[in-house]
Amino acid sequence: MVEFDQSAPLRIAVPRGALFTETLDLLESVGLNTREVRENDRKLLFRDVGIITMRPSDVPTYVEAGAADIGITGKDVLMEQAERDVHEIADLGYGRCTMIVASEAGTDSVADALRRLGIVKIATKYPKIATQHFLATGRQAEIVEVKGSVELAPLAGLADAIVDLTATGTTLRENNLVIREQIVVCTARLIANPVADRLKASAIDALLSKIAQTVES
Amino acid sequence: MADRIPSGTRDVLPDEMRELRDLTERMRAVFDRAGYGEVYTPALEYERTFTRDGAAPKGSYRLFDEAGEVLVLRADMTVPIARLVGNRYASAELPLRFCYFAHAYRNVRPKRGQSREFLQAGVELIGAPGAQGTAEALTVLSDALEAAGLRRFRIGVGDQALYPALLDQLGVEAEARELILTELVAGDFVGVQREVHRLNLHGAEAELLLTAPRRRGGAEILNGLTGPLAHAGMGMRALLELLPERVAERVIFDFGLVREIGYYTGAVFEVYDPAHGLPLGSGGRYDHLLGGFGRDLPAVGFGLEVERVHVALAAEERERG
Repeated sequence: MVEFDQSAPLRIAVPRGALFTETLDLLESVGLNTREVRENDRKLLFRDVGIITMRPSDVPTYVEAGAADIGITGKDVLMEQAERDVHEIADLGYGRCTMIVASEAGTDSVADALRRLGIVKIATKYPKIATQHFLATGRQAEIVEVKGSVELAPLAGLADAIVDLTATGTTLRENNLVIREQIVVCTARLIANPVADRLKASAIDALLSKIAQTVES
Repeated sequence: MADRIPSGTRDVLPDEMRELRDLTERMRAVFDRAGYGEVYTPALEYERTFTRDGAAPKGSYRLFDEAGEVLVLRADMTVPIARLVGNRYASAELPLRFCYFAHAYRNVRPKRGQSREFLQAGVELIGAPGAQGTAEALTVLSDALEAAGLRRFRIGVGDQALYPALLDQLGVEAEARELILTELVAGDFVGVQREVHRLNLHGAEAELLLTAPRRRGGAEILNGLTGPLAHAGMGMRALLELLPERVAERVIFDFGLVREIGYYTGAVFEVYDPAHGLPLGSGGRYDHLLGGFGRDLPAVGFGLEVERVHVALAAEERERG
C-alpha cells in the first residue's frame, strides 16, 4: 500500500505587519484557533495550529521551498518576486493598496526630467515593479533601491519621484507628495506550494471553499 | 582565497558520489529490465537542433565555435535523442527504447533545489502511440522511483491538450487564449479567473474554465464528467485501465497540469514527493517532435532530477528514523 498521509494538517505561512490581523481573522473564521498567535509577539512557529509567522516578503520563499504548504501575502510581494514558483490560488480581497508613482507637489518632476534629460530617477522598495512599469510605458528610468522611508528620496534630492504602495495616501500628503500615476491595485493573495497543491489537494480545496463562504457572507 | 566555481554548480565528494551512484544503478537496473538501452549524446549541440521545433528552451547556455556557428549546452536529453533517432535509426524496427544518465544545463537563478548543471535520469519510448505507450512509460517511471527507495512519491498525470481544447470549443480568440494559457502555466489561478471574466462567457462556461484546472485527485475525479471534459476523462480512464495496480495507486490525475516546454502534445507527468518542495521530475508525450528530425513517430518519455530524488530520499529516510 502507498505510504501517504492525506490527513496531515496544512502548514500556513502568515505575514506579520499590515496583513496580520485580517489574516488571523480569516483563519479564525474558517475554524483555526489563532489566540496563541495573537498573544505572542516573539514566537514564530505555532506547531499545534500549523501556523508560522514571518515578514510578508518571506512568505513566497517558505512556500516555494515547501517549508509551508500555503501562505498569505500581498500581490505587491508576488509581483516583486515574480520568478517564485508558487500557485496563486485566491484573491482574498483585503489589504487593498495601490502601487503608485508620486512626486513633490507642483510641477510634475517626472515629465520635467524626461523632457529635459530623457531619463527619470525613481526611488523605490519595489525595483522590479518600477522597472517593469517604466519599461512598459516606454520611458527611461534609473531605479534607485531603498529599504525604507522612500518618501524621503524626492525631498532630499535622491530621486525625481517614487514608486510605492499606498493605502490611504496620508504618508504621501504629510510629505507633500502627490500621486501622478496608478500602476496596479494590490490585495492579499492565498498562495500554495505546487507540490502541496497536488499532494494535499483535498485539504487545500476544503480550506478554499470555507474561505469562499466567509468572503461571501 | 580559494578558486571559486560558478554559482549553481558543485563538486561531488566520495560520500555523496557513492550514494548517487548507488541510486542511479538501482534505476538503471529497472530501465535495463524493461528493455531500455543506455545512450549518451554530446553535451554540445548546434543551436538549430533545439530551435527546429520552436524556441530553444529558456535559459540555454550558448557559445560559438571557431567557424562562428552557435552551439548550445543541452538543456534536456529529449531533443538530442530525437535527433539521434533521425540520424542513426532511420529505418530501425519499432518501438525504440532508450535510457540515459546525463547532465543538462540551464541558466537558472540558483536557489533551493535548482542547479545550473544537473544530472537527469530518464527514458524515451519512441514509436509507441497512445495510452499503451504512455502506460509503459509511467510504469517504468514508477518502478524506477520505487527501486530508488522512495516510498511516498506520487505521479501527477495531466493532458497538455485538454485546456487549449476547452478554450477552442468555447470559441475563445487567439489573443485571450494565449493570456489565459500563460497564467495557467505560471500557476496563477487568480490571473486565469481575471482573464476568463473578461471573456463575458455564459455562467456555466466560465465556471467550467475556472473549475477544470483545479480538478485533481485520484480516479474518483474521472467520475461523472460531462460535456467537454468527458472526452478528456475517457482518455485518462483508458490510461488508468492499462496501469498495473502498483502504478495506478500512485497516480494523481490533474486537469490543470500543463508543462511549459513546447513539444508536449498529450499526456504530461510530474513527480511529487512530500519530502521535497519541487517536482522530482517530469515528462510526457511528444508526438510531433520526431517529425522535425525525419522520422514522424509518436513518442513519450520522462526525466528525473537525480539530485532532487537523492534529497527527497535522504529526507524520507530521516523521517523514517
